[in-house]
Amino acid sequence: MIKVEEKLFQNRYKVDAGRAHIEIVDADICQLKCQLKPCTFCCPASCYTKEGDGQVTLITDGCLECGTCRVICSEHENVRWEYPRGGYGIQFKFG
Amino acid sequence: MSEKFDVIVVGSGPSGNAAAYTAAKAGLNVLQIERGESPGSKNVQGAILYSDALEKIIPEFRDDAPLERHLIEQRMWMLGDDSYVGSTYRSQSFNTPPYNRYTIIRAQFDRWFSSKVQEAGALVICETTVTGLHLDGNRVVGVQTDRIGGSVYADAVILADGVNSLLAKKAGFHAEIKARDVALAVKEIHFLPDTSIESRFNLGPDEGVAIEMAGKITQGMVGTGFLYTNKESVTLGVGCLLSDLRTHGISPHALIERMKAHPAIRPLLEGGEMREYSAHLIPEGGYNAIPKIHGEGWMMVGDAGMFVNSVHREGSNLAMTTGRLAAETLIELRREGKSFSATHLARYRTKLDDSFVMKDLKKYRNLPEVFENNHQFFTQYPELINRAAHTMLLVDGADKKSKERDIRKSFFAKRSAFGLIGDAFKLWRAFE
Repeated sequence: MIKVEEKLFQNRYKVDAGRAHIEIVDADICQLKCQLKPCTFCCPASCYTKEGDGQVTLITDGCLECGTCRVICSEHENVRWEYPRGGYGIQFKFG
Repeated sequence: MSEKFDVIVVGSGPSGNAAAYTAAKAGLNVLQIERGESPGSKNVQGAILYSDALEKIIPEFRDDAPLERHLIEQRMWMLGDDSYVGSTYRSQSFNTPPYNRYTIIRAQFDRWFSSKVQEAGALVICETTVTGLHLDGNRVVGVQTDRIGGSVYADAVILADGVNSLLAKKAGFHAEIKARDVALAVKEIHFLPDTSIESRFNLGPDEGVAIEMAGKITQGMVGTGFLYTNKESVTLGVGCLLSDLRTHGISPHALIERMKAHPAIRPLLEGGEMREYSAHLIPEGGYNAIPKIHGEGWMMVGDAGMFVNSVHREGSNLAMTTGRLAAETLIELRREGKSFSATHLARYRTKLDDSFVMKDLKKYRNLPEVFENNHQFFTQYPELINRAAHTMLLVDGADKKSKERDIRKSFFAKRSAFGLIGDAFKLWRAFE
Protein backbone atom coordinates (compact mmCIF):
# COMPACT_ATOMS: atom_id res chain seq x y z
CA MET A 1 0.00 0.00 0.00
CA ILE A 2 1.24 3.46 -0.94
CA LYS A 3 2.23 5.53 2.08
CA VAL A 4 0.13 8.54 2.99
CA GLU A 5 3.27 10.70 2.89
CA GLU A 6 3.66 9.94 -0.80
CA LYS A 7 0.14 11.16 -1.42
CA LEU A 8 0.63 14.32 0.63
CA PHE A 9 3.69 15.01 -1.50
CA GLN A 10 1.28 15.78 -4.36
CA ASN A 11 -0.38 18.54 -2.34
CA ARG A 12 0.63 22.19 -2.16
CA TYR A 13 1.31 23.62 1.28
CA LYS A 14 2.49 26.96 2.56
CA VAL A 15 3.94 25.90 5.89
CA ASP A 16 3.93 28.51 8.68
CA ALA A 17 7.26 27.39 10.17
CA GLY A 18 7.31 27.34 13.94
CA ARG A 19 3.61 28.13 14.29
CA ALA A 20 1.62 24.92 14.52
CA HIS A 21 -2.11 25.67 14.27
CA ILE A 22 -3.01 22.53 16.21
CA GLU A 23 -1.58 21.58 19.58
CA ILE A 24 -1.96 18.76 22.03
CA VAL A 25 -3.01 20.47 25.25
CA ASP A 26 -1.60 17.98 27.76
CA ALA A 27 0.72 15.24 26.49
CA ASP A 28 0.18 13.18 29.66
CA ILE A 29 -3.51 12.76 28.87
CA CYS A 30 -2.65 11.18 25.50
CA GLN A 31 0.01 8.96 26.99
CA LEU A 32 -1.68 7.89 30.21
CA LYS A 33 -5.42 8.46 30.05
CA CYS A 34 -6.38 7.89 26.41
CA GLN A 35 -6.50 4.17 25.62
CA LEU A 36 -7.85 4.29 22.09
CA LYS A 37 -5.82 7.23 20.70
CA PRO A 38 -8.23 7.62 17.75
CA CYS A 39 -6.31 10.60 16.34
CA THR A 40 -3.46 8.24 15.46
CA PHE A 41 -5.58 6.29 12.98
CA CYS A 42 -8.45 8.68 12.08
CA CYS A 43 -6.33 11.60 10.89
CA PRO A 44 -6.41 11.30 7.08
CA ALA A 45 -2.92 12.81 6.81
CA SER A 46 -1.45 10.70 9.65
CA CYS A 47 -0.24 13.80 11.50
CA TYR A 48 -0.48 11.96 14.82
CA THR A 49 1.87 9.11 15.64
CA LYS A 50 1.66 6.66 18.53
CA GLU A 51 5.14 6.16 19.95
CA GLY A 52 6.38 3.00 21.64
CA ASP A 53 5.95 4.44 25.11
CA GLY A 54 2.33 5.44 24.46
CA GLN A 55 3.12 9.09 23.77
CA VAL A 56 1.38 10.79 20.88
CA THR A 57 3.43 13.10 18.70
CA LEU A 58 1.90 15.64 16.34
CA ILE A 59 3.43 17.15 13.21
CA THR A 60 0.98 19.46 11.47
CA ASP A 61 2.88 20.08 8.21
CA GLY A 62 0.70 17.69 6.19
CA CYS A 63 -2.57 18.77 7.81
CA LEU A 64 -5.59 18.85 5.48
CA GLU A 65 -7.50 21.11 7.92
CA CYS A 66 -10.50 18.78 8.09
CA GLY A 67 -11.11 19.01 11.86
CA THR A 68 -11.27 15.26 12.50
CA CYS A 69 -8.74 15.22 15.35
CA ARG A 70 -10.63 17.87 17.29
CA VAL A 71 -14.04 16.25 16.86
CA ILE A 72 -12.77 12.75 17.63
CA CYS A 73 -11.07 13.82 20.85
CA SER A 74 -14.45 14.40 22.51
CA GLU A 75 -13.67 12.29 25.55
CA HIS A 76 -10.58 14.23 26.62
CA GLU A 77 -10.93 17.47 24.63
CA ASN A 78 -7.17 17.54 24.45
CA VAL A 79 -6.73 19.12 21.02
CA ARG A 80 -6.38 22.89 20.65
CA TRP A 81 -7.45 23.52 17.08
CA GLU A 82 -7.28 26.77 15.14
CA TYR A 83 -7.12 27.51 11.45
CA PRO A 84 -3.63 28.45 10.22
CA ARG A 85 -2.84 32.13 9.84
CA GLY A 86 -4.37 33.68 6.75
CA GLY A 87 -2.67 32.43 3.60
CA TYR A 88 -0.88 29.51 5.27
CA GLY A 89 -1.53 25.78 5.40
CA ILE A 90 -2.92 23.56 2.67
CA GLN A 91 -3.66 25.32 -0.63
CA PHE A 92 -5.85 22.99 -2.64
CA LYS A 93 -5.02 23.02 -6.34
CA PHE A 94 -8.27 21.28 -7.23
CA GLY A 95 -10.25 20.77 -4.01
CA MET B 1 -9.97 49.00 8.33
CA SER B 2 -12.19 51.10 10.58
CA GLU B 3 -14.94 51.39 8.00
CA LYS B 4 -18.25 49.86 8.99
CA PHE B 5 -19.99 47.54 6.57
CA ASP B 6 -23.61 46.55 6.17
CA VAL B 7 -22.60 42.92 6.26
CA ILE B 8 -19.45 40.84 6.73
CA VAL B 9 -19.42 37.38 5.18
CA VAL B 10 -16.88 34.94 6.63
CA GLY B 11 -15.74 32.41 4.05
CA SER B 12 -15.90 32.12 0.28
CA GLY B 13 -17.37 28.71 -0.36
CA PRO B 14 -20.70 28.31 -2.17
CA SER B 15 -22.78 29.62 0.76
CA GLY B 16 -20.57 32.62 1.47
CA ASN B 17 -20.30 33.53 -2.20
CA ALA B 18 -24.05 33.21 -2.69
CA ALA B 19 -24.66 35.47 0.31
CA ALA B 20 -22.03 38.05 -0.64
CA TYR B 21 -23.11 38.16 -4.28
CA THR B 22 -26.81 38.53 -3.48
CA ALA B 23 -26.22 41.22 -0.87
CA ALA B 24 -23.75 43.21 -2.99
CA LYS B 25 -25.92 42.99 -6.09
CA ALA B 26 -28.75 44.61 -4.11
CA GLY B 27 -26.48 47.47 -3.12
CA LEU B 28 -25.46 46.48 0.39
CA ASN B 29 -21.93 47.35 1.46
CA VAL B 30 -20.32 43.90 1.74
CA LEU B 31 -16.97 42.72 3.08
CA GLN B 32 -16.06 39.06 2.51
CA ILE B 33 -13.10 37.54 4.30
CA GLU B 34 -11.36 34.36 3.12
CA ARG B 35 -8.44 32.65 4.85
CA GLY B 36 -7.07 30.89 1.75
CA GLU B 37 -4.56 32.28 -0.70
CA SER B 38 -7.43 32.66 -3.14
CA PRO B 39 -11.13 31.77 -2.92
CA GLY B 40 -11.46 27.99 -3.19
CA SER B 41 -7.99 27.10 -2.00
CA LYS B 42 -9.37 25.75 1.30
CA ASN B 43 -12.48 24.11 -0.08
CA VAL B 44 -13.14 20.44 -0.81
CA GLN B 45 -16.12 18.81 -2.48
CA GLY B 46 -16.83 15.75 -4.72
CA ALA B 47 -17.85 17.82 -6.69
CA ILE B 48 -21.24 18.12 -8.37
CA LEU B 49 -22.88 21.45 -9.08
CA TYR B 50 -26.68 21.55 -9.18
CA SER B 51 -27.69 24.19 -11.72
CA ASP B 52 -30.99 25.17 -10.14
CA ALA B 53 -29.55 26.71 -6.98
CA LEU B 54 -26.96 28.73 -8.95
CA GLU B 55 -29.46 29.77 -11.66
CA LYS B 56 -31.48 31.51 -8.97
CA ILE B 57 -28.39 33.61 -8.18
CA ILE B 58 -26.56 33.97 -11.52
CA PRO B 59 -28.97 32.86 -14.28
CA GLU B 60 -26.33 33.18 -17.02
CA PHE B 61 -23.62 31.23 -15.12
CA ARG B 62 -23.10 28.82 -18.03
CA ASP B 63 -21.58 31.63 -20.12
CA ASP B 64 -18.26 31.65 -18.30
CA ALA B 65 -18.28 29.36 -15.22
CA PRO B 66 -15.58 26.66 -15.29
CA LEU B 67 -17.73 23.55 -15.68
CA GLU B 68 -16.26 20.11 -16.31
CA ARG B 69 -18.91 17.73 -17.69
CA HIS B 70 -22.71 17.73 -17.54
CA LEU B 71 -24.03 14.52 -16.05
CA ILE B 72 -26.04 12.31 -18.35
CA GLU B 73 -25.80 9.14 -16.32
CA GLN B 74 -26.04 8.15 -12.68
CA ARG B 75 -24.89 4.74 -11.51
CA MET B 76 -25.57 3.23 -8.08
CA TRP B 77 -23.33 0.38 -7.05
CA MET B 78 -23.75 -1.91 -4.11
CA LEU B 79 -20.35 -3.44 -3.69
CA GLY B 80 -19.34 -6.88 -2.52
CA ASP B 81 -15.72 -7.81 -1.88
CA ASP B 82 -14.99 -8.41 -5.56
CA SER B 83 -18.33 -7.67 -7.20
CA TYR B 84 -21.14 -5.18 -7.37
CA VAL B 85 -24.85 -5.10 -8.10
CA GLY B 86 -25.73 -1.88 -9.82
CA SER B 87 -28.40 0.24 -11.37
CA THR B 88 -27.95 2.89 -14.00
CA TYR B 89 -30.10 5.76 -15.12
CA ARG B 90 -29.02 7.38 -18.36
CA SER B 91 -31.23 9.75 -20.26
CA GLN B 92 -31.03 11.92 -23.34
CA SER B 93 -33.13 14.48 -21.50
CA PHE B 94 -30.15 15.01 -19.17
CA ASN B 95 -28.09 15.50 -22.32
CA THR B 96 -30.19 18.39 -23.58
CA PRO B 97 -29.44 21.97 -22.53
CA PRO B 98 -29.94 23.64 -20.15
CA TYR B 99 -28.11 20.93 -18.24
CA ASN B 100 -29.23 20.06 -14.73
CA ARG B 101 -25.97 19.00 -13.08
CA TYR B 102 -22.28 19.38 -13.77
CA THR B 103 -19.06 18.09 -12.31
CA ILE B 104 -16.81 20.93 -11.20
CA ILE B 105 -13.34 21.43 -9.74
CA ARG B 106 -13.92 23.56 -6.70
CA ALA B 107 -10.66 25.53 -6.65
CA GLN B 108 -11.49 26.82 -10.13
CA PHE B 109 -15.21 27.18 -9.65
CA ASP B 110 -14.96 29.08 -6.37
CA ARG B 111 -12.45 31.50 -7.87
CA TRP B 112 -14.92 32.17 -10.70
CA PHE B 113 -17.83 32.63 -8.27
CA SER B 114 -15.70 35.02 -6.23
CA SER B 115 -14.92 37.09 -9.35
CA LYS B 116 -18.68 37.53 -9.77
CA VAL B 117 -18.98 38.57 -6.12
CA GLN B 118 -16.35 41.24 -6.73
CA GLU B 119 -18.04 42.40 -9.95
CA ALA B 120 -21.25 42.78 -7.93
CA GLY B 121 -19.41 45.27 -5.74
CA ALA B 122 -18.32 43.34 -2.65
CA LEU B 123 -14.87 43.86 -1.14
CA VAL B 124 -13.16 40.45 -0.96
CA ILE B 125 -10.07 40.04 1.21
CA CYS B 126 -8.06 36.80 1.06
CA GLU B 127 -5.23 35.38 3.19
CA THR B 128 -7.04 36.61 6.29
CA THR B 129 -8.33 34.32 9.02
CA VAL B 130 -11.22 35.50 11.16
CA THR B 131 -10.23 34.52 14.69
CA GLY B 132 -13.29 35.63 16.61
CA LEU B 133 -16.52 37.60 16.72
CA HIS B 134 -16.89 40.99 18.38
CA LEU B 135 -19.88 40.99 20.68
CA ASP B 136 -21.72 43.85 22.30
CA GLY B 137 -23.71 41.97 24.92
CA ASN B 138 -25.13 39.10 22.90
CA ARG B 139 -25.13 41.09 19.69
CA VAL B 140 -22.52 40.39 17.00
CA VAL B 141 -21.09 43.72 15.87
CA GLY B 142 -18.00 42.69 13.93
CA VAL B 143 -15.12 40.26 13.55
CA GLN B 144 -11.53 40.00 14.70
CA THR B 145 -9.02 38.98 12.02
CA ASP B 146 -5.39 37.94 12.23
CA ARG B 147 -4.23 41.05 10.40
CA ILE B 148 -2.62 43.82 12.42
CA GLY B 149 -5.36 46.12 13.67
CA GLY B 150 -7.70 43.59 12.19
CA SER B 151 -11.06 44.46 13.71
CA VAL B 152 -13.90 45.14 11.28
CA TYR B 153 -17.46 46.05 12.10
CA ALA B 154 -20.82 45.52 10.43
CA ASP B 155 -24.55 45.56 11.09
CA ALA B 156 -24.69 41.82 10.40
CA VAL B 157 -22.24 38.95 10.12
CA ILE B 158 -22.97 35.91 7.98
CA LEU B 159 -21.05 32.87 9.17
CA ALA B 160 -20.16 30.83 6.10
CA ASP B 161 -17.04 29.40 7.70
CA GLY B 162 -17.70 25.77 6.94
CA VAL B 163 -18.34 22.56 8.80
CA ASN B 164 -15.91 23.24 11.64
CA SER B 165 -17.76 26.47 12.42
CA LEU B 166 -15.19 27.58 14.99
CA LEU B 167 -16.54 31.12 15.31
CA ALA B 168 -19.99 30.11 16.52
CA LYS B 169 -18.40 27.71 19.00
CA LYS B 170 -16.04 30.33 20.40
CA ALA B 171 -18.97 32.73 20.79
CA GLY B 172 -20.93 30.03 22.62
CA PHE B 173 -23.70 29.87 20.01
CA HIS B 174 -23.42 26.12 19.78
CA ALA B 175 -21.48 23.15 21.09
CA GLU B 176 -18.79 21.05 19.41
CA ILE B 177 -19.94 18.78 16.57
CA LYS B 178 -20.52 15.17 17.55
CA ALA B 179 -18.54 12.44 15.82
CA ARG B 180 -21.80 10.69 14.88
CA ASP B 181 -23.04 13.81 13.07
CA VAL B 182 -20.16 14.08 10.60
CA ALA B 183 -18.68 11.83 7.96
CA LEU B 184 -15.00 12.03 7.17
CA ALA B 185 -14.47 11.79 3.44
CA VAL B 186 -11.13 11.41 1.71
CA LYS B 187 -10.74 12.08 -1.98
CA GLU B 188 -8.21 11.78 -4.77
CA ILE B 189 -8.08 13.30 -8.21
CA HIS B 190 -6.56 11.21 -11.01
CA PHE B 191 -5.70 12.77 -14.35
CA LEU B 192 -6.39 10.87 -17.57
CA PRO B 193 -6.69 11.90 -21.23
CA ASP B 194 -10.26 13.00 -22.03
CA THR B 195 -10.46 10.33 -24.74
CA SER B 196 -9.71 7.60 -22.17
CA ILE B 197 -12.45 8.91 -19.88
CA GLU B 198 -14.93 9.02 -22.74
CA SER B 199 -14.21 5.48 -23.91
CA ARG B 200 -14.06 3.98 -20.41
CA PHE B 201 -17.35 5.53 -19.34
CA ASN B 202 -19.16 5.45 -22.70
CA LEU B 203 -19.37 9.22 -23.03
CA GLY B 204 -19.19 11.90 -25.68
CA PRO B 205 -17.23 15.13 -25.22
CA ASP B 206 -18.47 17.13 -22.19
CA GLU B 207 -20.75 14.28 -21.09
CA GLY B 208 -20.24 12.89 -17.61
CA VAL B 209 -21.13 10.07 -15.25
CA ALA B 210 -21.55 9.98 -11.49
CA ILE B 211 -21.17 6.69 -9.65
CA GLU B 212 -22.42 6.50 -6.05
CA MET B 213 -21.38 3.44 -4.10
CA ALA B 214 -22.23 1.65 -0.88
CA GLY B 215 -21.36 -1.71 0.59
CA LYS B 216 -18.08 -3.43 1.24
CA ILE B 217 -15.90 -0.39 0.46
CA THR B 218 -16.86 1.10 3.84
CA GLN B 219 -15.80 -2.09 5.62
CA GLY B 220 -18.89 -2.33 7.79
CA MET B 221 -19.15 1.35 8.60
CA VAL B 222 -22.00 3.71 7.73
CA GLY B 223 -20.79 5.52 4.64
CA THR B 224 -20.62 5.77 0.88
CA GLY B 225 -18.16 6.18 -1.93
CA PHE B 226 -18.25 8.05 -5.21
CA LEU B 227 -16.51 8.41 -8.52
CA TYR B 228 -17.14 11.40 -10.79
CA THR B 229 -15.82 12.18 -14.25
CA ASN B 230 -14.30 15.58 -14.96
CA LYS B 231 -12.99 16.73 -18.34
CA GLU B 232 -9.49 15.31 -17.98
CA SER B 233 -9.65 13.79 -14.56
CA VAL B 234 -11.63 11.47 -12.36
CA THR B 235 -12.30 12.17 -8.70
CA LEU B 236 -13.08 9.38 -6.30
CA GLY B 237 -13.60 9.31 -2.61
CA VAL B 238 -15.06 7.45 0.30
CA GLY B 239 -16.57 8.76 3.50
CA CYS B 240 -17.73 7.15 6.74
CA LEU B 241 -19.26 8.39 9.96
CA LEU B 242 -16.46 9.61 12.17
CA SER B 243 -17.91 7.72 15.14
CA ASP B 244 -17.67 4.51 13.10
CA LEU B 245 -14.07 5.16 12.07
CA ARG B 246 -13.24 5.54 15.74
CA THR B 247 -14.90 2.30 16.86
CA HIS B 248 -13.69 0.29 13.86
CA GLY B 249 -10.13 1.54 14.16
CA ILE B 250 -9.80 1.98 10.41
CA SER B 251 -7.70 4.70 8.82
CA PRO B 252 -9.37 6.69 6.03
CA HIS B 253 -6.18 6.43 4.01
CA ALA B 254 -6.39 2.62 4.10
CA LEU B 255 -10.07 2.85 3.17
CA ILE B 256 -9.49 4.73 -0.07
CA GLU B 257 -6.50 2.54 -0.96
CA ARG B 258 -8.71 -0.53 -0.66
CA MET B 259 -11.46 1.15 -2.62
CA LYS B 260 -9.06 1.81 -5.51
CA ALA B 261 -8.01 -1.83 -5.49
CA HIS B 262 -11.59 -3.08 -5.97
CA PRO B 263 -11.75 -4.99 -9.28
CA ALA B 264 -14.67 -2.86 -10.48
CA ILE B 265 -12.87 0.42 -9.79
CA ARG B 266 -9.20 -0.28 -10.55
CA PRO B 267 -9.59 -0.48 -14.35
CA LEU B 268 -11.36 2.89 -14.40
CA LEU B 269 -8.27 4.56 -12.91
CA GLU B 270 -5.67 2.60 -14.87
CA GLY B 271 -2.82 4.78 -16.13
CA GLY B 272 -4.06 7.88 -14.35
CA GLU B 273 -1.84 10.24 -12.43
CA MET B 274 -2.87 11.11 -8.87
CA ARG B 275 -2.35 14.84 -8.37
CA GLU B 276 -4.05 15.69 -5.06
CA TYR B 277 -5.25 13.99 -1.88
CA SER B 278 -7.79 15.83 0.22
CA ALA B 279 -10.08 15.29 3.19
CA HIS B 280 -13.21 16.96 4.45
CA LEU B 281 -15.81 16.55 7.16
CA ILE B 282 -19.35 16.39 5.83
CA PRO B 283 -22.16 17.37 8.21
CA GLU B 284 -24.55 14.44 7.97
CA GLY B 285 -26.55 14.74 11.17
CA GLY B 286 -29.51 16.08 9.20
CA TYR B 287 -32.44 18.06 10.53
CA ASN B 288 -32.03 16.99 14.15
CA ALA B 289 -28.42 18.21 14.22
CA ILE B 290 -29.08 21.72 12.87
CA PRO B 291 -27.84 24.22 15.47
CA LYS B 292 -29.21 27.67 16.19
CA ILE B 293 -28.78 29.42 12.84
CA HIS B 294 -29.50 33.04 13.64
CA GLY B 295 -29.25 35.48 16.52
CA GLU B 296 -28.62 39.13 17.25
CA GLY B 297 -26.81 40.41 14.19
CA TRP B 298 -25.76 37.03 12.80
CA MET B 299 -26.87 34.18 10.58
CA MET B 300 -25.29 30.88 9.72
CA VAL B 301 -25.29 29.36 6.23
CA GLY B 302 -23.98 26.28 4.39
CA ASP B 303 -22.01 23.52 6.11
CA ALA B 304 -21.69 25.62 9.28
CA GLY B 305 -25.45 25.22 9.73
CA MET B 306 -25.26 21.47 8.90
CA PHE B 307 -27.20 22.03 5.68
CA VAL B 308 -26.42 18.78 3.85
CA ASN B 309 -28.88 16.24 2.50
CA SER B 310 -26.75 13.14 2.90
CA VAL B 311 -29.37 10.81 1.40
CA HIS B 312 -29.29 12.56 -1.96
CA ARG B 313 -25.64 13.64 -1.77
CA GLU B 314 -26.67 17.29 -1.97
CA GLY B 315 -24.78 20.02 -0.17
CA SER B 316 -23.56 22.81 -2.45
CA ASN B 317 -27.12 23.58 -3.57
CA LEU B 318 -28.29 23.82 0.03
CA ALA B 319 -25.25 26.00 0.73
CA MET B 320 -26.03 28.39 -2.13
CA THR B 321 -29.71 28.52 -1.24
CA THR B 322 -29.12 29.22 2.46
CA GLY B 323 -26.57 31.90 1.53
CA ARG B 324 -29.00 33.54 -0.88
CA LEU B 325 -31.89 33.44 1.58
CA ALA B 326 -29.76 34.93 4.37
CA ALA B 327 -28.78 37.83 2.10
CA GLU B 328 -32.37 38.31 0.90
CA THR B 329 -33.47 38.56 4.52
CA LEU B 330 -31.02 41.40 5.09
CA ILE B 331 -32.04 43.14 1.87
CA GLU B 332 -35.75 43.03 2.81
CA LEU B 333 -35.16 44.22 6.36
CA ARG B 334 -33.01 47.09 5.15
CA ARG B 335 -35.71 48.15 2.68
CA GLU B 336 -38.30 48.05 5.44
CA GLY B 337 -36.04 50.12 7.68
CA LYS B 338 -35.81 47.32 10.25
CA SER B 339 -32.78 46.37 12.35
CA PHE B 340 -30.90 43.06 12.10
CA SER B 341 -32.12 41.89 15.51
CA ALA B 342 -32.72 38.22 16.25
CA THR B 343 -36.47 38.78 16.09
CA HIS B 344 -36.23 40.28 12.62
CA LEU B 345 -33.63 37.78 11.39
CA ALA B 346 -36.06 34.99 12.30
CA ARG B 347 -37.39 35.66 8.82
CA TYR B 348 -34.34 33.76 7.52
CA ARG B 349 -35.54 30.68 9.38
CA THR B 350 -39.05 31.12 7.93
CA LYS B 351 -37.60 31.36 4.42
CA LEU B 352 -35.62 28.17 5.01
CA ASP B 353 -38.68 26.36 6.35
CA ASP B 354 -40.59 27.32 3.20
CA SER B 355 -37.79 26.11 0.90
CA PHE B 356 -36.67 22.68 -0.23
CA VAL B 357 -33.78 22.95 2.24
CA MET B 358 -35.74 22.37 5.43
CA LYS B 359 -38.51 20.38 3.75
CA ASP B 360 -36.01 17.79 2.47
CA LEU B 361 -34.01 17.70 5.70
CA LYS B 362 -37.21 17.26 7.69
CA LYS B 363 -38.35 14.43 5.44
CA TYR B 364 -35.23 12.41 6.22
CA ARG B 365 -34.85 13.57 9.81
CA ASN B 366 -34.79 10.03 11.25
CA LEU B 367 -32.60 8.43 8.63
CA PRO B 368 -29.18 9.25 10.18
CA GLU B 369 -30.25 7.54 13.39
CA VAL B 370 -31.72 4.53 11.57
CA PHE B 371 -28.49 4.01 9.63
CA GLU B 372 -26.32 4.58 12.66
CA ASN B 373 -28.20 1.98 14.69
CA ASN B 374 -28.67 -0.52 11.88
CA HIS B 375 -25.33 -1.30 10.32
CA GLN B 376 -26.83 -4.27 8.47
CA PHE B 377 -27.84 -1.88 5.68
CA PHE B 378 -24.14 -1.29 5.00
CA THR B 379 -22.83 -4.76 5.80
CA GLN B 380 -25.17 -7.73 5.52
CA TYR B 381 -27.49 -6.52 2.78
CA PRO B 382 -24.83 -5.61 0.20
CA GLU B 383 -23.24 -8.98 0.83
CA LEU B 384 -26.53 -10.89 0.60
CA ILE B 385 -27.58 -9.09 -2.56
CA ASN B 386 -24.22 -9.68 -4.26
CA ARG B 387 -24.32 -13.34 -3.27
CA ALA B 388 -27.89 -13.66 -4.54
CA ALA B 389 -26.91 -12.18 -7.91
CA HIS B 390 -23.96 -14.55 -8.10
CA THR B 391 -26.10 -17.57 -7.26
CA MET B 392 -28.73 -16.74 -9.86
CA LEU B 393 -26.27 -15.92 -12.63
CA LEU B 394 -23.86 -18.80 -12.10
CA VAL B 395 -24.75 -21.64 -14.44
CA ASP B 396 -23.69 -24.74 -12.54
CA GLY B 397 -26.33 -27.39 -13.22
CA ALA B 398 -28.42 -26.55 -10.13
CA ASP B 399 -32.08 -25.81 -10.87
CA LYS B 400 -33.41 -22.27 -10.45
CA LYS B 401 -35.99 -23.16 -7.79
CA SER B 402 -33.27 -24.59 -5.55
CA LYS B 403 -31.19 -21.49 -6.13
CA GLU B 404 -34.10 -19.28 -5.07
CA ARG B 405 -34.55 -21.37 -1.96
CA ASP B 406 -30.85 -21.02 -1.11
CA ILE B 407 -31.04 -17.26 -1.52
CA ARG B 408 -34.16 -17.02 0.67
CA LYS B 409 -32.41 -19.16 3.26
CA SER B 410 -29.33 -16.93 3.23
CA PHE B 411 -31.47 -13.86 3.92
CA PHE B 412 -33.39 -15.55 6.76
CA ALA B 413 -30.17 -16.92 8.24
CA LYS B 414 -28.60 -13.47 8.40
CA ARG B 415 -31.59 -11.34 9.36
CA SER B 416 -34.48 -13.73 10.42
CA ALA B 417 -38.06 -13.15 9.23
CA PHE B 418 -38.70 -10.53 11.88
CA GLY B 419 -35.41 -8.83 11.10
CA LEU B 420 -36.26 -8.57 7.41
CA ILE B 421 -39.72 -7.19 8.07
CA GLY B 422 -38.34 -4.84 10.71
CA ASP B 423 -35.66 -3.55 8.35
CA ALA B 424 -38.17 -2.94 5.59
CA PHE B 425 -40.41 -1.09 8.04
CA LYS B 426 -37.53 1.02 9.37
CA LEU B 427 -36.49 2.04 5.86
CA TRP B 428 -40.06 2.78 4.83
CA ARG B 429 -40.58 4.98 7.90
CA ALA B 430 -37.30 6.81 7.42
CA PHE B 431 -37.84 7.49 3.70
CA GLU B 432 -41.61 8.10 3.97
